[in-house]
Amino acid sequence: MSGGFHIVVCGSLVPDPLQTLEPIEGPTGPALKNEMMLPAVLDPWAGHALFEAAELAKNVPDSKVWLVSLGPKAKLQQLMMSIAQKVSFELVAIDGSAGGFTDPFDVAATLADAIGKIDGLDRSKLLLFGGCASASRDSGVTMQMVAERLDIVDQFLAVDKLTVGDDGVLEILERIEAGQYQASSCDGAPAMLGWATGSLPEPPNNPQVGMMNMRTVMPALQRAQAAQVGIGGVQYAAVELPKQRRETRVVNDTPAEEIAQEIVDWLKA
Amino acid sequence: MDKSAAAKPSKQLMSTLPGDDVRQIMWRFSERYDLQMVVQSSREVARGVVANLVANGARNTHDWTPEKNTILTAFDEAGLTQVFMDPEDGGFIEGPKNLALGLVAFELAWVDGGAATSSLASNLGLSPIHEKGTPEQRSKYMNMAVPPQPGEDREIKRGAFALTEPLPFVGVDTGVVSGKLRIDSWEEGQDPVFQVEKRGRFITNMGFADFVTAAVDSDDARIKGSCMVILEESDPGLYDRGTPTQKLVHQLSSTRDPAFNLKIPADRIIGGYTIKDGVIIPNYSHSEIIESVFRRTRVPVGIMSSAKLLSAPEPIIRYHRQRFRGGASIAPGSPRFDLGLQQKEDCLQRLVDVWAAGEAGAALGFYSARMFDDFDMIEKAKEKIFTEQGIKGRAQLKVFRKVQKDALEYLTMKTQPAEEQDTARMQELENDTLTQFLIMDSLANVFCPAGKLWNTGHGATILREAVSLMGGYGITEDCPGFLGQKWMDAQLEATYEGPEAVQRRQLSITMTNELFLFQFRQWINDLRKIASTHPNSGACTLASAMHLWLWTLEYLQQTNDADGKPLFHSSRHGVVFPFADALCWLLASRCQILDMLELEAKGPENPMVAEGLEGYVTFFSDLCHVQAARAAGEVGRICAELAYGYHGHPQWEEEDRKHCFEGEDLDALDSIMPGIGSYGRSLGDTIETDGAHNEKAGPCAKSCRSGFVKLRARLDVCLTGSRLSKDRAAEALAQVMIPEALDYPR
Repeated sequence: MSGGFHIVVCGSLVPDPLQTLEPIEGPTGPALKNEMMLPAVLDPWAGHALFEAAELAKNVPDSKVWLVSLGPKAKLQQLMMSIAQKVSFELVAIDGSAGGFTDPFDVAATLADAIGKIDGLDRSKLLLFGGCASASRDSGVTMQMVAERLDIVDQFLAVDKLTVGDDGVLEILERIEAGQYQASSCDGAPAMLGWATGSLPEPPNNPQVGMMNMRTVMPALQRAQAAQVGIGGVQYAAVELPKQRRETRVVNDTPAEEIAQEIVDWLKA
Repeated sequence: MDKSAAAKPSKQLMSTLPGDDVRQIMWRFSERYDLQMVVQSSREVARGVVANLVANGARNTHDWTPEKNTILTAFDEAGLTQVFMDPEDGGFIEGPKNLALGLVAFELAWVDGGAATSSLASNLGLSPIHEKGTPEQRSKYMNMAVPPQPGEDREIKRGAFALTEPLPFVGVDTGVVSGKLRIDSWEEGQDPVFQVEKRGRFITNMGFADFVTAAVDSDDARIKGSCMVILEESDPGLYDRGTPTQKLVHQLSSTRDPAFNLKIPADRIIGGYTIKDGVIIPNYSHSEIIESVFRRTRVPVGIMSSAKLLSAPEPIIRYHRQRFRGGASIAPGSPRFDLGLQQKEDCLQRLVDVWAAGEAGAALGFYSARMFDDFDMIEKAKEKIFTEQGIKGRAQLKVFRKVQKDALEYLTMKTQPAEEQDTARMQELENDTLTQFLIMDSLANVFCPAGKLWNTGHGATILREAVSLMGGYGITEDCPGFLGQKWMDAQLEATYEGPEAVQRRQLSITMTNELFLFQFRQWINDLRKIASTHPNSGACTLASAMHLWLWTLEYLQQTNDADGKPLFHSSRHGVVFPFADALCWLLASRCQILDMLELEAKGPENPMVAEGLEGYVTFFSDLCHVQAARAAGEVGRICAELAYGYHGHPQWEEEDRKHCFEGEDLDALDSIMPGIGSYGRSLGDTIETDGAHNEKAGPCAKSCRSGFVKLRARLDVCLTGSRLSKDRAAEALAQVMIPEALDYPR
């Protein structure tokens, strides 16, 4: 493999999953109560994509990673204090809503536009990474639309593993039903990979990595352009949290085999 | 009282718990990205590795286990080991690091004080070398202590600090050092080899330390005085780590009683030495070194206790709200289901007290940390000047006596309107390093012991309140937020780096410094101005309390007790120690108000904060008011005890009888002033013709301290509105949004 990859990771923030998320009707449509004030984390699927991208860049010489983030600038800045310590990347920040009620069509257009404007980005080396879904709303369509706008036709979803051969061929494992993987082969970049969990743990924070990243992160935040992304033409009939389901049975002295059999029966059903 | 005037204004209440953005503004690091990253790193270690160890019972043994050792690895991986180091030594933070270390301690102590201590103790082991070591020593040991860089193949070496003796500046004999230093051999033309004997007690990090910085005294006529030396595990001789200390608390730090009997080369004397007439003279005595070390290292310890207090509200609120859920008769949506114990005022108001104390302590701690960041720079500049001029020891004191006048002139000039200032002179003094050093020194010498004393001592008391708010759950190992452990740990924090008496002793000397008192008076004026725009902040209450404290100080300094002995004397601990305690309350409350004002001023610049700013400012202002009222109460009580307590009670039979009414006289006057007989008897002490009088200790003491009476009465009136603030803060706690679950252990 020569020349390396140009890996662009699309990923932004979602409310910390431990927070109380209470849907409300805002002036422009549905929103979460106190959303701006709630602590945020990097969208977990996008996080896996970012960590996989960094690992790939480390192993393939001359590769580079960009993180393209659409979100409120001030919240992105807070997020960077943690994320920028984990892996090396160059940030492309776009100041706009990162809420779960935005129209993915608008979001995809904004992201594709920002990616198209990245200085020095070689589209022939482009690997477009992102999450296969988002923790804020599990529609799972944004990455495909970004790829289409960038004329990337090789698209892979729910990816758990990417192997790059010496000849640059990409071997990809995508999740399909029943715990099975679909193995694909792709000649090389450009390609879009919407990651599931991947296989890498979250790297520990390293302030020295962070200090290096900050040289580009802070200027990127300062020059972040405002983007008008909202609910677009989407009409929400109703918004509510998923209902908690608890079907607890208290049983005593049940042999392990019997419990296991019950689980197997449930899976088969 | 006119209750209508005290009607509650309708204000936005705090809607979510304060996040990082709010804290960054309040504690002044919103522009410091390096520190923000350190906070995130520390938090991840604290709420991950550390919290899991606590939850899994790692505190249940005194030994330093492999599981506990993972904390050190986590520190290394997260960059916390390097926070103390300068960039040239492998660190990543430029300049002074007091605030950075304070933030690390805050985040770690949020979960476990012992883990925070482990982090701080490693720095403490290196501090003597950092402060006074030779360039070679600094380079060698700092580089040994940082994690290996890519391409390096070595193990990290960790340090411990072995003093055991009393701290300096506390009126105790720091010359008494148990460690002994002798010359083992000294060949002609060669450097000497030393023999060191040292026994340490309660030495933190000793379970794994690879080197120890130890205080020793000369046991050889060819060595002058005391010094500190560096001992390495590989040195020939005995390097016995000793038995683990049977601590009841802080089990995530290693503490042992080691014994050393080692041969060490000459270059291990910290700061080096000179030879004069065949005698080795260390460049720094052990007390000079530890004075510079302990000047700073007490600040993060105080911050630790405050972190624990601020970690308490979230689990307590959750516990209170969920207290009755699950009961068959408690329907979702009912007040009992949603609010639980929060339906009752008591638990809310007590939690307000806990939170207010935590805010005040954190404010005081971080104020001190920032001050020391500034002070470090100016202290280095001062040392450079003295080194260049060859001024050492007592000669420096002589120089400072002259500079003191300049410093007072500068401070006085600063209080004048700009048009009345001598601009040239002002500029000259502003640029004068020694003048500025002296002014800052007068503050540092008060704030460091004050934060250590008040944050840990009062913090421990208030943590007990926090534990009690969790009911029986609070005193279990699995109490959310580990509140029981935090409470017990606080008792040790009150002892680390000098027990409470040591801090009080230092304060009793430094709080009467003329430069400090000048600034203190100015703060009273400033607080009155703040109060004029922020009437609900408690600034006026606090100013009145400070005024009373100042009056009492002057009174105590000029007055003798019933036996004719001076009241205010450094060895009269019954007077100066409680008086030092009173000062701490005032300083903490003032810092808290300043933090609230900073949030109000800078909050609008951050859109994340701006949205809920009014609610935050109202809440923090209410906490300030609550805390100022509490401080005023404490100060009033202490001052009253000291102002009155050392005078003998008037007696019926003695001279004091002259101050009583005579019943006979009142009856005589009653014929021309009807009613004076009974009115006079109700007004003052009266002695009847037969000598009868009311049954009590004696005539009431007269207002010989009338100035005090007026100020005390004013202070009491200044509490007006403080309980309304408490009500409002409690209301905020009943409706603030909290996360669904605690974020540790992760």
